[in-house]
Amino acid sequence: MLINLALAYPELLLAVSALVLLVAGAFNPKATDVIGAFAVLSLVGAAAISAFGPHGVAFSGSLKADAAAGYAGVAIYLASAAAIPLGGNWFARKGAPAFEFPVLIVLAALGMGMMVSAGDLIALYIGIELQSLALYVLAAMYRDDLRASEAGLKYFVLGALSSGMLLYGSSLIYGFAGSTRFEDIAAAVHQGAHTGVLFGLIFLMCGLAFKVSAAPFHMWTPDVYEGAPTPVVGFFAGAPKLAAMVLFARVLYECFPGAISQWRQILIILGLTSIAVGAFAGLNQSNLKRLWAYSSIANVGYAILGLAAGTAEGVHAMLVFMVLYIVDVTGFFACLTALSRQGKAMETIEDMAGLFKEQPGIALAMTAFSLSALGLPPFSGFFAKYFVFKAAISMGDPMLTGAAIAGLVGSVVAAFYYLRLLRSMWFEAPTSATDKPPVDAKAIAIGAALFTFPVVLGALHLIDIQASLAAAAFGLK
Amino acid sequence: MLGILSLITYVPLIGVAVILALRFVGKADNPKTVDAAKWIALITTLATLALSVVLTARFDQANPGFQFVESLPWFAGLHYAMAVDGISVLFVLLTAFLMPICILASWKSIETRVLEYLIAFLILETLVIGVFCAMDLVLFYTFFEFGLVPMFLIIGIWGGKRRVYAAFKFFLYTLLGSVLMLAAILAMISVAHTSSIPELMAYKFAPGLQTWLWLAFFASFAVKMPMWPVHTWLPDAHVEAPTAGSVILAGILLKMGGYGFLRFSLPMFPEASAIFTPLVFALSAIAIVYTSLVAFRQTDIKKLIAYSSVAHMGFVTMGIFSGNAIGVQGAIFQMLSHGVISGALFLCVGVVYDRMHTREIAFYGGLVNRMPWYAAVFMLFTMGNVGLPGTSGFVGEIMTMTGAYHASTWTALVAATGVIFSAVYALSLYRRTVFGEMTNPALAAITDLDMREIIIFTPLILSTLYLGLQPGVVFQITQASVDHLVSAYHAFSGA
Repeated sequence: MLINLALAYPELLLAVSALVLLVAGAFNPKATDVIGAFAVLSLVGAAAISAFGPHGVAFSGSLKADAAAGYAGVAIYLASAAAIPLGGNWFARKGAPAFEFPVLIVLAALGMGMMVSAGDLIALYIGIELQSLALYVLAAMYRDDLRASEAGLKYFVLGALSSGMLLYGSSLIYGFAGSTRFEDIAAAVHQGAHTGVLFGLIFLMCGLAFKVSAAPFHMWTPDVYEGAPTPVVGFFAGAPKLAAMVLFARVLYECFPGAISQWRQILIILGLTSIAVGAFAGLNQSNLKRLWAYSSIANVGYAILGLAAGTAEGVHAMLVFMVLYIVDVTGFFACLTALSRQGKAMETIEDMAGLFKEQPGIALAMTAFSLSALGLPPFSGFFAKYFVFKAAISMGDPMLTGAAIAGLVGSVVAAFYYLRLLRSMWFEAPTSATDKPPVDAKAIAIGAALFTFPVVLGALHLIDIQASLAAAAFGLK
Repeated sequence: MLGILSLITYVPLIGVAVILALRFVGKADNPKTVDAAKWIALITTLATLALSVVLTARFDQANPGFQFVESLPWFAGLHYAMAVDGISVLFVLLTAFLMPICILASWKSIETRVLEYLIAFLILETLVIGVFCAMDLVLFYTFFEFGLVPMFLIIGIWGGKRRVYAAFKFFLYTLLGSVLMLAAILAMISVAHTSSIPELMAYKFAPGLQTWLWLAFFASFAVKMPMWPVHTWLPDAHVEAPTAGSVILAGILLKMGGYGFLRFSLPMFPEASAIFTPLVFALSAIAIVYTSLVAFRQTDIKKLIAYSSVAHMGFVTMGIFSGNAIGVQGAIFQMLSHGVISGALFLCVGVVYDRMHTREIAFYGGLVNRMPWYAAVFMLFTMGNVGLPGTSGFVGEIMTMTGAYHASTWTALVAATGVIFSAVYALSLYRRTVFGEMTNPALAAITDLDMREIIIFTPLILSTLYLGLQPGVVFQITQASVDHLVSAYHAFSGA
């Protein structure tokens, strides 16, 4: 059988560039900027190929270059590219420039690229592991900080546990379905799902829920977000979640369309628990990174509700939701990266007191991200939620409709903590002067804020259409 | 195609852009910059007012349908659609009318972060006018919901001592109501496959679904209105908000609730409306009597007026759900009249608050000795609040009660007692603050209205009297649309 390498060009490009940059860095450890620039270039190149490259199936079905992979690929590669200047300069300012940083981002992006185009369980596992290993190292990379090392270790140990669950689930599925390919599993399940397969599916879902940090598998999130370097958090709170959600969709819709009534219940419970945990547990947080961890748990809960609809509309909603969310979270952490008072990072709500007087631009941007995460129109987060809840409600399933209404009410609870941040920035007087924010972080923050409103109103035309095409790739109604 | 409605809606944003440009050019706390910004805001709001007058003049009174229609495809099947009919056009005018007054009222009393304050008001104007013009559910929700943010900032930044508490309460209360409405909006779009308001008005929802949709919309509008027992955010918000914020809150934002009932609940869910009419009547009657009594017990002038607003809104909901032309006409009239009168009353409080920095009723007394002009103005609006014939307050109350009388005699009877109670609290407030001996030495140096304040009050006085003596000008505009609404309501609800 002829192998069509053209289908794997984005992944190949990233793999080759990661290896070349690693070698180049080993010989010229000081050339971090050049290596960073090339890493950005190869990511942008990979995004372009994903957007316009051919569609098809390669490597006996383990790699699917379809519209969904292309859509997610573009978003993932661009988000990764934005992380490189943000994080690279952060490390340089901390006096610890590291050429490994861009290389690790490229490797993580490669892993995510494999995840979204995975067509069998082996490819799924390799993609997840490549991505996760790169992220563990990124979390712990700032070695001078005890919290970062702790975060990296915690992330690694708990991540290894979830990988174990993934593998165990995969082996059960393989054992009972007789194949690792998604199509073959679907065919086996279609003739009636064996309890063993369902068992495997549940393990697989637990592993994936860990990766998207859905409650009750969210325990690692607040600790890791708090400890890891801020720009790194901005990266792994965004793109990897989209990759894992797309993979989630692939597993559920391509392997187990026959077991929808079983997995829908699990998804609804996962979604609702995440929304509740994200809303209530966030109320008492004063550290913004922890707060945003809970916010991301709640937001993943919304995306999961979209997935639970089991329709093309639901997948479409999830895809739109996650892309808009990536912009939001990247922008928010860019703001945090940009802010400091006398060299000390501003991380708590109290630190933001009077920010509007000190840094009106960044304060406005953070207001936009908060209101967007809260789901207030006309910001992008509202349209994200609009699609998700519409998909959930239009199913006409009473349980899903109830879940959607509960989710909407949950967003009112969460509103409280976003308002606390607004209160600190707008209502209170500044305690001391802030430092001049670095240009790169500020530019990314303002750019992302402009995207949440008003650019999103135009961009949604494009995202809406592309997400529809991507959702159609799953062959649903 | 965009037209005059979009123009009116977005003109305030031009003012915002100019003020922002000023902020980048000059320093934000430079007195010259601040003055220039105030003039820009005033001119912008006056331009909006002029455009709204043109709109009302060009409005075809005989046409019951939507006019000045604009529609552009947005994304995912949504439309950017704007239009007005006889029900909404006057609310646009009311908003545009009150905004320059708010800017003038804040001319001296706001001293910190003036530019941001003006920007918040101008954005609020855009959003409120957008609410009354939007003809697409999602667009409506966008304007409706985002209006919370500028108001949250106005209360929270420029408010009184407990401003943070009040701002949070206002935001969270209204948000909870709105998300339930959002769920209903999503359900409507999924069932009817359109988000266009005129199309949805013609769509017939299944009776069972109507009940749920009605309740969800009711949750939002009842909070906004506000109706008893979900009115508790209002006194806090009013007391803590700066004067102009209270004017906007009472004068315009509350009307979005009544407008919502007229635009959505009655025409889209007629059967459910008929079923729930007794509930609304009961809540309205309780609101009228109970909040009037509560108002009587208040020691803070603003809180008293806030509770009286709740009572007056009780007349509005009663009139709307009476389901007949006279009741609905009366409700619309009552909203317009209350917009002017309650706005003016809050400005009256602002006048003494600016001088004495307290709103305790016990602090004042005998103001007539020092402030005769103020006493006269305050008297007129107190009478308007009581509903004295000759003022606009009378027309709305008598019509809503007549309308309710046709639908439910008991409700009208209970509501009529509310008129007496309103006289009790309003007149006793007036007596305690204005009449009597001036015993408080701190008041000895208080000054009467200045030129700026007279300019502010003049249009309000004129419109209160004009509407009271010539209510027909309003009814000519609302007649056709209300008749259309009522006949459709009766045809569908079978009542």
